[in-house]
Amino acid sequence: MEKQNKEPIFSTKNIRLLKNPFNKENPITVQVLGICSALAVTAKMQPAFVMAISVTVVVAMSNLICSMLRNTIPPRIRIIVQLVIVSLLVILVDQLLKAFVYEISKQLSVFVSLIVTNCIVMGRIEAFALNNKSFPSFLDGIGNGLGYGMILMVVSFIRELFGSGSLWGYKVIPQWFYEHGYANNSLMIMPPMALIVVGLIVWFHRSRNKDLCE
Amino acid sequence: MFTNKYIFVYSTILVVVAAAILATAAVGLKPYQEANVKIEKMQQLLSCVGITSTPKNAEELYNQYFTEELNIDKTGNVCTINNATKPVYICTKDGKKTYVIPVNGKGLWGAIWGNVALSDDLTTIVGVTFDHKSETPGLGAEITTPSFQKQFDGKTIFEGKNFTSVKVDKRMGKDNPHAVDAISGGTITSKGVSAMLYDCLSFYVPYFNKLKAK
Repeated sequence: MEKQNKEPIFSTKNIRLLKNPFNKENPITVQVLGICSALAVTAKMQPAFVMAISVTVVVAMSNLICSMLRNTIPPRIRIIVQLVIVSLLVILVDQLLKAFVYEISKQLSVFVSLIVTNCIVMGRIEAFALNNKSFPSFLDGIGNGLGYGMILMVVSFIRELFGSGSLWGYKVIPQWFYEHGYANNSLMIMPPMALIVVGLIVWFHRSRNKDLCE
Repeated sequence: MFTNKYIFVYSTILVVVAAAILATAAVGLKPYQEANVKIEKMQQLLSCVGITSTPKNAEELYNQYFTEELNIDKTGNVCTINNATKPVYICTKDGKKTYVIPVNGKGLWGAIWGNVALSDDLTTIVGVTFDHKSETPGLGAEITTPSFQKQFDGKTIFEGKNFTSVKVDKRMGKDNPHAVDAISGGTITSKGVSAMLYDCLSFYVPYFNKLKAK
Protein backbone atom coordinates (compact mmCIF):
# COMPACT_ATOMS: atom_id res chain seq x y z
CA MET A 1 0.00 0.00 0.00
CA GLU A 2 0.97 3.60 -0.45
CA LYS A 3 2.53 5.66 2.26
CA GLN A 4 0.16 7.86 4.17
CA ASN A 5 2.43 10.84 4.76
CA LYS A 6 1.45 13.83 2.62
CA GLU A 7 3.94 15.25 0.19
CA PRO A 8 3.81 18.76 -1.28
CA ILE A 9 2.27 19.07 -4.75
CA PHE A 10 5.53 20.02 -6.38
CA SER A 11 7.95 17.97 -4.37
CA THR A 12 11.37 17.24 -5.86
CA LYS A 13 10.09 13.82 -6.85
CA ASN A 14 7.19 15.29 -8.79
CA ILE A 15 9.36 17.95 -10.42
CA ARG A 16 11.67 15.20 -11.56
CA LEU A 17 8.72 13.44 -13.20
CA LEU A 18 8.15 16.57 -15.24
CA LYS A 19 11.79 17.29 -16.04
CA ASN A 20 13.31 13.91 -16.76
CA PRO A 21 11.50 13.33 -20.08
CA PHE A 22 13.19 16.46 -21.39
CA ASN A 23 16.61 15.00 -20.92
CA LYS A 24 17.66 11.56 -19.77
CA GLU A 25 14.30 9.86 -20.22
CA ASN A 26 13.18 11.54 -23.41
CA PRO A 27 10.62 9.34 -25.12
CA ILE A 28 12.01 9.89 -28.61
CA THR A 29 15.75 10.22 -28.29
CA VAL A 30 16.32 7.84 -25.38
CA GLN A 31 13.36 5.48 -25.20
CA VAL A 32 12.94 5.65 -29.00
CA LEU A 33 9.14 5.59 -28.81
CA GLY A 34 6.71 7.43 -31.07
CA ILE A 35 9.19 7.71 -33.93
CA CYS A 36 6.61 7.06 -36.64
CA SER A 37 4.54 10.16 -36.00
CA ALA A 38 7.65 12.19 -35.24
CA LEU A 39 8.83 11.54 -38.80
CA ALA A 40 5.48 12.09 -40.43
CA VAL A 41 4.18 15.34 -38.97
CA THR A 42 7.36 17.40 -38.65
CA ALA A 43 7.59 18.93 -42.12
CA LYS A 44 5.97 22.14 -40.82
CA MET A 45 5.95 23.63 -37.34
CA GLN A 46 2.23 24.28 -37.01
CA PRO A 47 1.00 20.70 -37.44
CA ALA A 48 3.90 19.48 -35.32
CA PHE A 49 2.82 21.82 -32.53
CA VAL A 50 -0.79 20.67 -32.69
CA MET A 51 0.38 17.06 -32.71
CA ALA A 52 2.58 17.71 -29.67
CA ILE A 53 -0.31 19.25 -27.76
CA SER A 54 -2.65 16.41 -28.76
CA VAL A 55 -0.20 13.74 -27.62
CA THR A 56 0.45 15.58 -24.36
CA VAL A 57 -3.28 15.80 -23.63
CA VAL A 58 -3.81 12.14 -24.46
CA VAL A 59 -0.85 10.85 -22.43
CA ALA A 60 -1.64 13.04 -19.43
CA MET A 61 -5.36 12.28 -19.36
CA SER A 62 -5.01 8.55 -20.04
CA ASN A 63 -2.34 8.34 -17.32
CA LEU A 64 -4.64 10.19 -14.93
CA ILE A 65 -7.71 8.07 -15.68
CA CYS A 66 -5.87 4.75 -15.64
CA SER A 67 -4.17 5.69 -12.40
CA MET A 68 -7.47 6.61 -10.77
CA LEU A 69 -8.97 3.30 -11.88
CA ARG A 70 -5.84 1.26 -11.19
CA ASN A 71 -7.21 -0.61 -8.18
CA THR A 72 -10.45 -1.52 -9.93
CA ILE A 73 -9.02 -2.70 -13.24
CA PRO A 74 -8.94 -6.52 -13.39
CA PRO A 75 -5.36 -7.44 -14.45
CA ARG A 76 -6.64 -10.00 -16.93
CA ILE A 77 -8.31 -7.36 -19.11
CA ARG A 78 -6.12 -4.38 -18.27
CA ILE A 79 -4.73 -3.89 -21.79
CA ILE A 80 -8.25 -3.78 -23.22
CA VAL A 81 -9.36 -1.31 -20.56
CA GLN A 82 -6.35 0.88 -21.33
CA LEU A 83 -7.10 0.70 -25.03
CA VAL A 84 -10.71 1.76 -24.50
CA ILE A 85 -9.62 4.75 -22.44
CA VAL A 86 -6.85 5.77 -24.84
CA SER A 87 -8.99 5.44 -27.95
CA LEU A 88 -11.82 7.34 -26.28
CA LEU A 89 -9.45 10.25 -25.64
CA VAL A 90 -7.90 10.08 -29.10
CA ILE A 91 -11.28 10.14 -30.83
CA LEU A 92 -12.29 13.13 -28.71
CA VAL A 93 -9.10 14.98 -29.65
CA ASP A 94 -9.59 14.08 -33.32
CA GLN A 95 -13.18 15.36 -33.29
CA LEU A 96 -12.16 18.59 -31.58
CA LEU A 97 -9.38 19.20 -34.11
CA LYS A 98 -11.78 18.57 -36.99
CA ALA A 99 -14.21 21.08 -35.51
CA PHE A 100 -11.83 23.87 -34.58
CA VAL A 101 -8.55 23.58 -36.54
CA TYR A 102 -9.78 21.87 -39.69
CA GLU A 103 -6.83 22.79 -41.95
CA ILE A 104 -4.29 21.37 -39.54
CA SER A 105 -6.37 18.28 -38.83
CA LYS A 106 -6.29 17.58 -42.57
CA GLN A 107 -2.51 17.81 -42.64
CA LEU A 108 -2.23 15.52 -39.63
CA SER A 109 -4.75 13.16 -41.28
CA VAL A 110 -4.39 9.63 -39.91
CA PHE A 111 -1.64 10.46 -37.48
CA VAL A 112 -4.06 11.77 -34.89
CA SER A 113 -5.96 8.48 -34.84
CA LEU A 114 -2.62 6.70 -34.76
CA ILE A 115 -1.88 8.26 -31.36
CA VAL A 116 -3.77 5.21 -30.10
CA THR A 117 -0.89 3.04 -31.20
CA ASN A 118 1.77 5.52 -30.14
CA CYS A 119 4.00 3.51 -27.85
CA ILE A 120 4.49 6.46 -25.51
CA VAL A 121 0.87 6.33 -24.38
CA MET A 122 0.61 2.62 -23.57
CA GLY A 123 4.20 2.59 -22.38
CA ARG A 124 3.59 5.26 -19.74
CA ILE A 125 0.35 3.66 -18.55
CA GLU A 126 1.94 0.26 -18.15
CA ALA A 127 5.20 1.49 -16.70
CA PHE A 128 3.95 4.27 -14.47
CA ALA A 129 0.25 5.00 -14.12
CA LEU A 130 -0.79 1.52 -12.97
CA ASN A 131 1.60 1.64 -10.01
CA ASN A 132 1.42 5.27 -8.95
CA LYS A 133 -1.00 7.81 -7.56
CA SER A 134 -3.06 9.98 -9.87
CA PHE A 135 -1.22 13.26 -9.54
CA PRO A 136 2.31 11.93 -10.15
CA SER A 137 0.87 9.93 -13.08
CA PHE A 138 -0.66 13.07 -14.53
CA LEU A 139 2.66 14.90 -14.21
CA ASP A 140 4.47 11.95 -15.76
CA GLY A 141 2.08 12.15 -18.71
CA ILE A 142 2.56 15.91 -19.11
CA GLY A 143 6.33 15.49 -18.88
CA ASN A 144 6.49 12.73 -21.46
CA GLY A 145 4.09 14.49 -23.81
CA LEU A 146 6.11 17.69 -23.66
CA GLY A 147 9.39 15.79 -23.99
CA TYR A 148 8.00 14.27 -27.18
CA GLY A 149 6.70 17.67 -28.25
CA MET A 150 10.07 19.33 -27.70
CA ILE A 151 11.79 16.98 -30.14
CA LEU A 152 8.93 17.48 -32.62
CA MET A 153 9.39 21.23 -32.45
CA VAL A 154 13.17 21.04 -32.90
CA VAL A 155 12.88 18.68 -35.85
CA SER A 156 10.09 20.68 -37.50
CA PHE A 157 12.01 23.94 -36.95
CA ILE A 158 14.98 22.56 -38.89
CA ARG A 159 12.84 20.92 -41.56
CA GLU A 160 10.57 23.90 -42.20
CA LEU A 161 13.44 26.40 -42.22
CA PHE A 162 15.56 24.51 -44.76
CA GLY A 163 12.76 22.69 -46.57
CA SER A 164 10.27 25.50 -47.12
CA GLY A 165 12.24 28.61 -46.14
CA SER A 166 9.60 29.53 -43.61
CA LEU A 167 8.86 29.23 -39.90
CA TRP A 168 5.33 28.75 -38.55
CA GLY A 169 4.11 29.42 -42.10
CA TYR A 170 5.85 32.81 -42.39
CA LYS A 171 8.62 33.29 -44.95
CA VAL A 172 11.88 33.97 -43.14
CA ILE A 173 14.44 33.48 -45.89
CA PRO A 174 14.41 36.72 -47.91
CA GLN A 175 13.63 36.73 -51.60
CA TRP A 176 17.13 38.14 -52.19
CA PHE A 177 18.63 34.73 -51.34
CA TYR A 178 16.48 32.95 -53.92
CA GLU A 179 17.37 35.49 -56.58
CA HIS A 180 21.03 34.71 -55.96
CA GLY A 181 20.69 30.99 -56.41
CA TYR A 182 19.59 29.71 -53.00
CA ALA A 183 17.06 26.89 -53.23
CA ASN A 184 14.93 25.11 -50.65
CA ASN A 185 16.14 21.61 -49.93
CA SER A 186 13.23 19.44 -50.94
CA LEU A 187 14.77 16.39 -49.29
CA MET A 188 14.09 18.21 -46.01
CA ILE A 189 10.34 17.89 -46.41
CA MET A 190 10.57 14.17 -47.12
CA PRO A 191 10.32 11.69 -44.21
CA PRO A 192 13.89 10.29 -44.62
CA MET A 193 15.35 13.64 -43.64
CA ALA A 194 13.29 13.62 -40.44
CA LEU A 195 14.93 10.33 -39.55
CA ILE A 196 18.36 11.83 -40.20
CA VAL A 197 17.55 14.94 -38.13
CA VAL A 198 16.29 12.79 -35.25
CA GLY A 199 19.46 10.73 -35.59
CA LEU A 200 21.60 13.87 -35.34
CA ILE A 201 19.69 14.96 -32.23
CA VAL A 202 20.23 11.52 -30.65
CA TRP A 203 23.94 11.76 -31.51
CA PHE A 204 24.25 15.24 -30.03
CA HIS A 205 22.29 14.22 -26.94
CA ARG A 206 24.43 11.18 -26.29
CA SER A 207 27.68 13.01 -26.88
CA ARG A 208 26.67 15.32 -24.00
CA ASN A 209 25.47 12.47 -21.77
CA LYS A 210 28.07 9.72 -21.86
CA ASP A 211 26.09 7.55 -19.43
CA LEU A 212 23.36 7.07 -22.08
CA CYS A 213 25.74 5.21 -24.39
CA GLU A 214 25.58 1.46 -24.14
CA MET B 1 -9.97 -11.55 -6.42
CA PHE B 2 -11.68 -10.41 -9.60
CA THR B 3 -14.54 -12.76 -10.47
CA ASN B 4 -15.75 -13.30 -14.00
CA LYS B 5 -18.95 -11.50 -13.10
CA TYR B 6 -16.98 -8.47 -11.95
CA ILE B 7 -15.01 -8.44 -15.20
CA PHE B 8 -18.17 -8.61 -17.31
CA VAL B 9 -19.91 -5.85 -15.38
CA TYR B 10 -16.78 -3.72 -15.30
CA SER B 11 -16.13 -3.91 -19.02
CA THR B 12 -19.80 -3.34 -19.87
CA ILE B 13 -19.98 -0.18 -17.77
CA LEU B 14 -16.68 1.07 -19.17
CA VAL B 15 -17.76 0.58 -22.76
CA VAL B 16 -21.19 2.12 -22.23
CA VAL B 17 -19.73 5.18 -20.55
CA ALA B 18 -17.14 5.57 -23.33
CA ALA B 19 -19.83 5.23 -25.98
CA ALA B 20 -22.03 7.82 -24.29
CA ILE B 21 -19.18 10.34 -24.14
CA LEU B 22 -18.29 9.78 -27.79
CA ALA B 23 -21.88 10.05 -28.96
CA THR B 24 -22.33 13.33 -27.09
CA ALA B 25 -19.12 14.73 -28.55
CA ALA B 26 -20.02 13.65 -32.07
CA VAL B 27 -23.46 15.24 -31.93
CA GLY B 28 -22.21 18.39 -30.24
CA LEU B 29 -19.35 19.03 -32.65
CA LYS B 30 -21.14 18.12 -35.86
CA PRO B 31 -22.31 21.66 -36.78
CA TYR B 32 -18.75 22.98 -36.51
CA GLN B 33 -17.32 20.14 -38.59
CA GLU B 34 -19.95 20.51 -41.29
CA ALA B 35 -19.32 24.24 -41.47
CA ASN B 36 -15.63 23.49 -42.05
CA VAL B 37 -16.38 21.07 -44.86
CA LYS B 38 -18.68 23.63 -46.47
CA ILE B 39 -16.05 26.34 -46.29
CA GLU B 40 -13.44 24.02 -47.76
CA LYS B 41 -15.74 23.34 -50.72
CA MET B 42 -16.24 27.06 -51.23
CA GLN B 43 -12.47 27.60 -51.14
CA GLN B 44 -11.95 24.93 -53.77
CA LEU B 45 -14.57 26.49 -56.03
CA LEU B 46 -12.98 29.91 -55.53
CA SER B 47 -9.45 28.71 -56.23
CA CYS B 48 -10.73 27.03 -59.38
CA VAL B 49 -11.73 30.40 -60.83
CA GLY B 50 -8.46 31.95 -59.66
CA ILE B 51 -9.58 33.69 -56.48
CA THR B 52 -7.40 33.04 -53.46
CA SER B 53 -9.27 32.89 -50.19
CA THR B 54 -8.69 32.12 -46.54
CA PRO B 55 -11.10 30.09 -44.40
CA LYS B 56 -12.19 33.39 -42.82
CA ASN B 57 -13.23 35.28 -45.96
CA ALA B 58 -14.23 32.26 -48.10
CA GLU B 59 -17.94 32.56 -47.40
CA GLU B 60 -18.00 36.30 -48.10
CA LEU B 61 -16.06 35.94 -51.37
CA TYR B 62 -18.18 32.99 -52.39
CA ASN B 63 -21.40 34.93 -51.95
CA GLN B 64 -19.88 37.85 -53.79
CA TYR B 65 -18.74 35.97 -56.91
CA PHE B 66 -20.84 32.83 -57.13
CA THR B 67 -24.18 34.13 -58.26
CA GLU B 68 -25.95 30.93 -59.23
CA GLU B 69 -26.08 27.28 -58.28
CA LEU B 70 -28.05 25.26 -60.82
CA ASN B 71 -29.02 21.61 -60.94
CA ILE B 72 -28.88 20.01 -64.37
CA ASP B 73 -30.56 16.80 -65.45
CA LYS B 74 -29.17 14.53 -68.15
CA THR B 75 -31.15 16.11 -70.97
CA GLY B 76 -29.56 19.45 -70.14
CA ASN B 77 -32.50 21.13 -68.46
CA VAL B 78 -32.26 23.14 -65.28
CA CYS B 79 -34.51 21.59 -62.67
CA THR B 80 -34.94 21.13 -58.96
CA ILE B 81 -32.41 19.00 -57.16
CA ASN B 82 -32.96 15.23 -57.15
CA ASN B 83 -30.94 12.04 -57.39
CA ALA B 84 -30.38 12.28 -61.12
CA THR B 85 -29.22 15.90 -61.26
CA LYS B 86 -25.72 17.29 -61.05
CA PRO B 87 -24.80 20.79 -59.96
CA VAL B 88 -23.09 23.59 -61.85
CA TYR B 89 -21.79 26.68 -60.07
CA ILE B 90 -21.78 29.93 -61.97
CA CYS B 91 -19.30 32.61 -61.04
CA THR B 92 -19.67 36.18 -62.28
CA LYS B 93 -16.46 38.16 -62.17
CA ASP B 94 -15.90 41.46 -63.99
CA GLY B 95 -19.13 40.86 -65.92
CA LYS B 96 -17.90 37.54 -67.31
CA LYS B 97 -19.48 34.22 -66.43
CA THR B 98 -17.43 31.17 -65.48
CA TYR B 99 -19.05 27.75 -65.18
CA VAL B 100 -17.60 25.49 -62.51
CA ILE B 101 -18.33 21.78 -62.86
CA PRO B 102 -17.58 19.46 -59.95
CA VAL B 103 -16.05 16.15 -61.03
CA ASN B 104 -15.37 12.93 -59.17
CA GLY B 105 -13.89 9.57 -60.02
CA LYS B 106 -11.44 6.96 -58.86
CA GLY B 107 -7.67 6.95 -58.65
CA LEU B 108 -5.42 4.06 -57.73
CA TRP B 109 -6.17 3.73 -54.00
CA GLY B 110 -9.34 5.68 -53.50
CA ALA B 111 -11.58 8.49 -54.61
CA ILE B 112 -10.35 11.51 -56.54
CA TRP B 113 -12.41 14.63 -57.13
CA GLY B 114 -12.12 18.21 -58.23
CA ASN B 115 -13.65 21.15 -60.06
CA VAL B 116 -13.30 22.30 -63.65
CA ALA B 117 -13.91 25.95 -64.50
CA LEU B 118 -15.01 26.72 -68.06
CA SER B 119 -15.03 30.18 -69.56
CA ASP B 120 -18.25 31.64 -71.00
CA ASP B 121 -17.63 29.96 -74.39
CA LEU B 122 -18.25 26.67 -72.49
CA THR B 123 -15.26 25.12 -74.25
CA THR B 124 -12.08 26.57 -72.80
CA ILE B 125 -10.84 25.51 -69.39
CA VAL B 126 -9.75 28.45 -67.26
CA GLY B 127 -8.80 26.52 -64.15
CA VAL B 128 -8.99 23.18 -62.39
CA THR B 129 -8.50 21.88 -58.89
CA PHE B 130 -8.03 18.26 -57.97
CA ASP B 131 -7.90 16.51 -54.66
CA HIS B 132 -7.64 12.89 -53.62
CA LYS B 133 -8.23 10.65 -50.67
CA SER B 134 -5.18 8.42 -50.61
CA GLU B 135 -3.05 8.57 -53.78
CA THR B 136 0.67 7.86 -53.42
CA PRO B 137 2.60 10.97 -52.31
CA GLY B 138 5.07 12.08 -54.98
CA LEU B 139 3.34 10.01 -57.68
CA GLY B 140 -0.43 10.03 -58.01
CA ALA B 141 -0.81 12.70 -55.34
CA GLU B 142 0.95 15.12 -57.71
CA ILE B 143 -2.47 15.85 -59.25
CA THR B 144 -2.99 18.34 -56.43
CA THR B 145 0.10 20.37 -57.37
CA PRO B 146 -0.19 23.68 -59.24
CA SER B 147 2.31 22.49 -61.85
CA PHE B 148 -0.01 19.66 -62.90
CA GLN B 149 -3.17 21.76 -62.69
CA LYS B 150 -1.65 24.70 -64.61
CA GLN B 151 -1.38 22.47 -67.68
CA PHE B 152 -5.15 22.50 -68.06
CA ASP B 153 -5.43 26.27 -68.50
CA GLY B 154 -6.49 27.10 -72.06
CA LYS B 155 -7.22 23.49 -73.06
CA THR B 156 -10.55 22.91 -74.76
CA ILE B 157 -13.13 20.17 -74.26
CA PHE B 158 -14.83 20.54 -77.67
CA GLU B 159 -13.43 20.18 -81.18
CA GLY B 160 -15.95 22.09 -83.21
CA LYS B 161 -19.18 20.50 -82.06
CA ASN B 162 -17.71 17.21 -80.90
CA PHE B 163 -17.05 16.60 -77.24
CA THR B 164 -13.44 15.53 -76.74
CA SER B 165 -12.84 16.07 -73.02
CA VAL B 166 -9.20 16.50 -72.00
CA LYS B 167 -6.97 13.44 -71.91
CA VAL B 168 -4.15 12.93 -69.46
CA ASP B 169 -1.59 11.02 -71.44
CA LYS B 170 2.14 10.75 -71.83
CA ARG B 171 3.96 13.06 -74.25
CA MET B 172 0.70 14.42 -75.64
CA GLY B 173 0.28 17.63 -73.73
CA LYS B 174 2.44 20.04 -75.64
CA ASP B 175 0.65 20.74 -78.90
CA ASN B 176 -2.66 18.98 -78.37
CA PRO B 177 -5.46 21.29 -77.21
CA HIS B 178 -7.35 18.32 -75.73
CA ALA B 179 -4.59 16.69 -73.69
CA VAL B 180 -2.13 17.31 -70.90
CA ASP B 181 0.99 15.41 -69.85
CA ALA B 182 0.47 12.55 -67.43
CA ILE B 183 2.47 12.08 -64.25
CA SER B 184 5.39 9.70 -64.53
CA GLY B 185 4.90 6.92 -62.02
CA GLY B 186 1.28 7.92 -61.57
CA THR B 187 -0.17 6.14 -64.56
CA ILE B 188 -3.30 4.79 -62.94
CA THR B 189 -4.12 8.07 -61.23
CA SER B 190 -3.54 9.90 -64.53
CA LYS B 191 -5.89 7.54 -66.31
CA GLY B 192 -8.34 8.04 -63.45
CA VAL B 193 -8.27 11.80 -64.00
CA SER B 194 -8.82 11.27 -67.73
CA ALA B 195 -11.80 9.00 -67.14
CA MET B 196 -13.20 11.26 -64.44
CA LEU B 197 -13.11 14.29 -66.74
CA TYR B 198 -14.69 12.38 -69.61
CA ASP B 199 -17.45 10.79 -67.54
CA CYS B 200 -18.40 13.84 -65.55
CA LEU B 201 -18.14 16.46 -68.27
CA SER B 202 -20.03 14.40 -70.84
CA PHE B 203 -23.08 14.54 -68.54
CA TYR B 204 -23.18 18.29 -69.07
CA VAL B 205 -22.81 18.23 -72.87
CA PRO B 206 -26.59 18.57 -73.54
CA TYR B 207 -26.67 21.51 -71.15
CA PHE B 208 -23.70 23.17 -72.85
CA ASN B 209 -25.29 22.67 -76.26
CA LYS B 210 -28.51 24.26 -75.10
CA LEU B 211 -26.66 27.25 -73.72
CA LYS B 212 -24.63 27.64 -76.90
CA ALA B 213 -27.75 27.48 -79.04
CA LYS B 214 -29.25 30.44 -77.20
